Amino acid sequence: MKLSKNRLLNMYELMLDARNFDLKVNQLVKRGMVPGMTHLSVGEEAANIGALAALNPDDIITSNHRGHAQVIGKGIDLNGMMAEIMGKATGTCKGKGGSMHIADLENGNLGANGIVGGGHGIAVGAAYTQKVKNTGKIVVCFFGDGATNEGSFHEALNLASVWKVPVIFYSINNGYGISTSINKVMNIEHIYERAGSYGIPGYFIEDGNDVLAVYETFEKAVKYVREGKGPVLVESITYRWFGHSSSDPGKYRTKEEVDEWKKKDPNIKFKNYLIENKIATEEELEKMDEISKKKIEESVEFAKNSPEPTIESAYEDIFAD
Amino acid sequence: MSDKTKLMNVKEAIIAAMSEEMRRDENVFLMGEDVGIFGGDFGTSVGMLEEFGPERIRDTPISESAISGTAIGAAMTGLRPIVDVTFMDFIVYMMDNIVNQAAKTRYMFGGKGQVPVTFRCAAGSGVGSAAQHSQSLESWFCHIPGLKVVAPGTPADVKGLLKASIRDNNPVIFLEYKAQYNMKGEVPLDPDFIIPLGKGEIKKEGSDITIVTYGRMLERVMKAAEEVEKDGISVEVVDPRTLIPLDKELILNSVKKTGRVILVNDAHKTNGFIGEISAMISESDAFDFLDSPIVRLAAEDVPVPYNHTLETALLPNVEKIKNTIYKVMNKQ
Ligand SMILES: Cc1ncc(C[n+]2csc(CCOP(=O)(O)OP(=O)(O)O)c2C)c(N)n1
Repeated sequence: MKLSKNRLLNMYELMLDARNFDLKVNQLVKRGMVPGMTHLSVGEEAANIGALAALNPDDIITSNHRGHAQVIGKGIDLNGMMAEIMGKATGTCKGKGGSMHIADLENGNLGANGIVGGGHGIAVGAAYTQKVKNTGKIVVCFFGDGATNEGSFHEALNLASVWKVPVIFYSINNGYGISTSINKVMNIEHIYERAGSYGIPGYFIEDGNDVLAVYETFEKAVKYVREGKGPVLVESITYRWFGHSSSDPGKYRTKEEVDEWKKKDPNIKFKNYLIENKIATEEELEKMDEISKKKIEESVEFAKNSPEPTIESAYEDIFAD
Repeated sequence: MSDKTKLMNVKEAIIAAMSEEMRRDENVFLMGEDVGIFGGDFGTSVGMLEEFGPERIRDTPISESAISGTAIGAAMTGLRPIVDVTFMDFIVYMMDNIVNQAAKTRYMFGGKGQVPVTFRCAAGSGVGSAAQHSQSLESWFCHIPGLKVVAPGTPADVKGLLKASIRDNNPVIFLEYKAQYNMKGEVPLDPDFIIPLGKGEIKKEGSDITIVTYGRMLERVMKAAEEVEKDGISVEVVDPRTLIPLDKELILNSVKKTGRVILVNDAHKTNGFIGEISAMISESDAFDFLDSPIVRLAAEDVPVPYNHTLETALLPNVEKIKNTIYKVMNKQ
């Protein structure tokens, strides 16, 4: 792994965007400016961006309900994304999808998903297309820890393993499915161990808050999958700072636990690395943060100034021609 | 288009439709349990492995969730999968992917992307398969915007509509009636023979009464219609062929012409699709043309029993259809 200065700074920029975007959404939710459910990925930036950084730009992903960092990492237009979350006509889905259904097909994101486990099969199918058409592209299927207890997870891994399709199943383990600790609903220690049942490699990223560690493991996973050897399962350990969704008081976790994880802030960790290794100065990185915040602020302005969708538009887009 | 036809059964019409589409478009492929060397649970892919190979006639694990999800993902990314669901009853395991993914993807994404996938389902009773292998579940899917639902009743319609379904850019639920896989009829050989989805057909012209029916019941309705002819009753048989989109015009015009209507299907009566047709007629200007109440004839609201006598007794048959016609015509 030898990443250029540009690549490293680009990763940091995306982590900043993901962080600032969700902090802003959190504010907007409190101000009543978001008409629907949101699931924030603050705290999980490294686990997301590190993985995406190991992909080619035209690789494909499926995302889940906690997918903001994933679409941002894939390069979505932030204005359209913010407008979508505010339900505006200019949103990436014309205000019909919202946070849980943000898709960015142009950038290879086949969509967030409101159904836990809903992306598993879709990812296998998308990977099958790449194999048949020999595109050289691979697919990363993002999901949580809780999703690995859905039947679709097992069926998808099994099918992908026998069809040997190029897909990375990626479980971002933040310890909880809503309020339920994964340890209470799984009788083995680690999710990646489940790979053994399908005869595929399992990779474990112990510190999912270390973006370079995530990147490094993903590089291996990507290489394996791109060589046509079939799917792999990757697990990273991280934590979400906020509640499950906007309506979660978070009674199932102690303040100490949350504070402990906030000390392991993935963005600060990476920032320190960049400074210590003289990739950039603190001032330069602060400046990047300012620029990122400004971009997000602009996206809010764009969304606020965007029209509501027309009632007529509700009748459109049901069928393709 | 050449008008050459050949006598084929439904099974052969299905194989012909899929094979022609697979020759025409390399993105089309068939997947499902035992579609390969076994030739499909109902023999609807016999010989296709030999022509197209295991890459395009794809055997799957017994994993309905993964099969449906994979098909949808493949469809979203440029392929055109045909899924052999086998018994329609098993589609329950695929419900989430069909209802929550396939049907809604394009809409949720604001009109981006498409999901061209055909789910072929062996529906209906009649072969002693009992309650978990005999259902016609079309009304569930008709309720979901974003899905097309096709239920043909003749071998020619099966071929023309299956080809149209495969070429359609939307998810299609395609009903095949397991009791009619061997039903024969003249089928056009032209590889461009397509019956557009949403276009029904008057299967028999008549002037006294309209019977709207589709799928498996068409054969019985036709027979009943012929038999009452000698009693001087002229029945018009309207077959919408696709339920979504529905050829409402065709139905309403016939109702306006005859002023009487019977609706027949092989699914359970309560909440069946013919209830929707009844409501559609009532809400339209055709209502003013009605000389008698709309009557539904459907399978009884009980699970399909194993015993052949029971299984048979619960479905509309030629006798029941005739009696209903007499009743509506006040000729008992
Ligand atoms: C099929 C289904 N079941 C339940 C839910 C409700 N639900 C939404 S998110 C969630 C928890 C998912 O946990 P995990 O997969 O670990 O992802 P995380 O939220 O932790 O990122 C649940 C139960 C759902 N949306 N879909």
